Amino acid sequence: MSYGLRSFLPKNDMINILLLAVLIMVIFPLSMDIFRLNLVGKYLSYAFVALGLVLCWGYGGILSLGQGVFFGLGGYCMAMFLKLEASSPENTAIQSTPGIPDFMDWNQLTALPWFWEPFHSLSFTMIAIIAVPVIFAFIVSVAMFKRRVGGVYFAIITQAIAAILTILIIGQQGYTGGVNGITDLRTLKGWDIRTDEAKYILYFVCCALLIGSILVAQFVRKSKLGRLLVAMRDKEDRVRFSGYDVSNFKIFIFCLAAAFSALGGAMFTLQVGFMSPSFVGIVPSIEMVIFCAVGGRLSLLGAVYGTLLVNWAKTVFSESFPELWLFGLGALFIGVVLAFPNGLAGVYSTYVEPMLAKWLKSLKSARPPMPSSTADSRS
Amino acid sequence: MTATSMGKDFVLSVEGLTVSFDGFKAVNDLSFYVDENEIRVIIGPNGAGKTTVLDLICGRTRATEGSIKFRGKELTKLKEHQIVHAGVGRKFQNPSIYEDLTVFENLEISFPRGRNVFGALMFKRDKEVIDKVHEIAELIFLKDDLNKQAALLSHGQKQWLEIGMLLIQDPELLMLDEPVAGMSVAERKLTAELLNKITKDRSVIVIEHDMQFVADIANRVTVLHQGKVLSEGSMDKVQNDPKVKEVYLGH
Repeated sequence: MSYGLRSFLPKNDMINILLLAVLIMVIFPLSMDIFRLNLVGKYLSYAFVALGLVLCWGYGGILSLGQGVFFGLGGYCMAMFLKLEASSPENTAIQSTPGIPDFMDWNQLTALPWFWEPFHSLSFTMIAIIAVPVIFAFIVSVAMFKRRVGGVYFAIITQAIAAILTILIIGQQGYTGGVNGITDLRTLKGWDIRTDEAKYILYFVCCALLIGSILVAQFVRKSKLGRLLVAMRDKEDRVRFSGYDVSNFKIFIFCLAAAFSALGGAMFTLQVGFMSPSFVGIVPSIEMVIFCAVGGRLSLLGAVYGTLLVNWAKTVFSESFPELWLFGLGALFIGVVLAFPNGLAGVYSTYVEPMLAKWLKSLKSARPPMPSSTADSRS
Repeated sequence: MTATSMGKDFVLSVEGLTVSFDGFKAVNDLSFYVDENEIRVIIGPNGAGKTTVLDLICGRTRATEGSIKFRGKELTKLKEHQIVHAGVGRKFQNPSIYEDLTVFENLEISFPRGRNVFGALMFKRDKEVIDKVHEIAELIFLKDDLNKQAALLSHGQKQWLEIGMLLIQDPELLMLDEPVAGMSVAERKLTAELLNKITKDRSVIVIEHDMQFVADIANRVTVLHQGKVLSEGSMDKVQNDPKVKEVYLGH
């Protein structure tokens, strides 16, 4: 049966994923200096969140305005490990309590809090990066979806959670680093993550994980579960009365989106070198929804391109017009939602793709022997 | 009252069913029994509680009092999807289909396999599924539209598709809420044919307004009025019941 792989990864999707991989793993590294590439790496870590939102919001119709929570939890788990390594007794000898992170010392803590202890272990940290956000997402979504809270109410609650977590992190300065976050991260198992070489490697790790996540998302999208999500978005009752426990599917997809976000958060911490509550709260969470909306909430790859594009625009515009940028972002969101509800991916598939197909056809009829033209023309 | 249900094995026995919405009793101390392979039609004026009765049986609305037993199983305590697993299928009044999916995918989702999260992830579109979908599509007059997006179907075709989605589950009790509403004359005829075919090996409860259609398909008719059974029996008997004439058929 040739059915399995073909149905999971049709030729078109495979080509498009390969093109993205070539763009981020070959073209970007060759054409940019490490400073710019590191910026792209930061953007790509947001793309994990957008990817989760495509499944959760685009397919499942569950709008979460609190994905920053999971991004942040993943990022903080990573940061806690790195901070502990950076706070070895030798490095912190001048503190009144050596061996604990500097911000704890400033806040008159004299011992490492119990929940920091396990983050001495890298393997625990790697599990925690995914497990902590997913367990949290599970608790939130079970509480909501089993009671059939959905739609706008769910969006508002996720937003409230994002606000609460930000306040909690800022308030508990001694345990979390407060508003500054966890900064001055240096090494990962003795490997200095601040060097250019390390930044290159981390960038490629981030790309590989992103492509891997896209493939996982693609598998879910193409499975019956993907079609069930679309069905639930449309007629939830019909799905329920066809013998499915609708809440379980919502819980699953929300947890999966949380896992993607957490992975992005961890890659963010590694590449940018710190984690702070400004990536957890309401504003970043909504920004992430905008990335997804601009790229196209029904397209996995669209969300990645959307994230890159909006962030690139943000960097360029906010360098020259810092006050105007937020208005620009708001206008962009309203414009996209009104004019192109399916975002860039929608524009591509309705306007660009037919034009390309036409152009290719005319090209083919003019010069018949050119077999590989389909693959080249899209980049 | 329990003695009646013990005495004979009905497929469905509804006893003393009451539901009240803020004091308004939409269904009031209702009892009726459905036999093996029986086609029961429920009629009644607007607001009589017909759709509410179906909602109660399939678990969409929770009963305030009373019991609903399906093959000895108490349905009032089960969740919606468990009621479906027990063998009760329900068609909604307005065609309730997945507009963004194709006809094939609509039917496939209703195929009773891979109904939990893991099962849905690992679900394979094998020969058994494809054959069954084709068989049902043939039955509901949609075999040439399998790859069409469901939103593009006509109103009547959407009704058929939803009936097909129930058939693929092969329920023992099928509940249809106004299956011919909004259909053309030609479509009604086809639907009556379809219902005659699919009601052979199962019990069916139909809500319908079209009297000709009711007379064509019904074994027994239950007339509801203000949440209570007003009359019950064959179409002839019900039509000649003076109480029924007064509240419903007379106008």
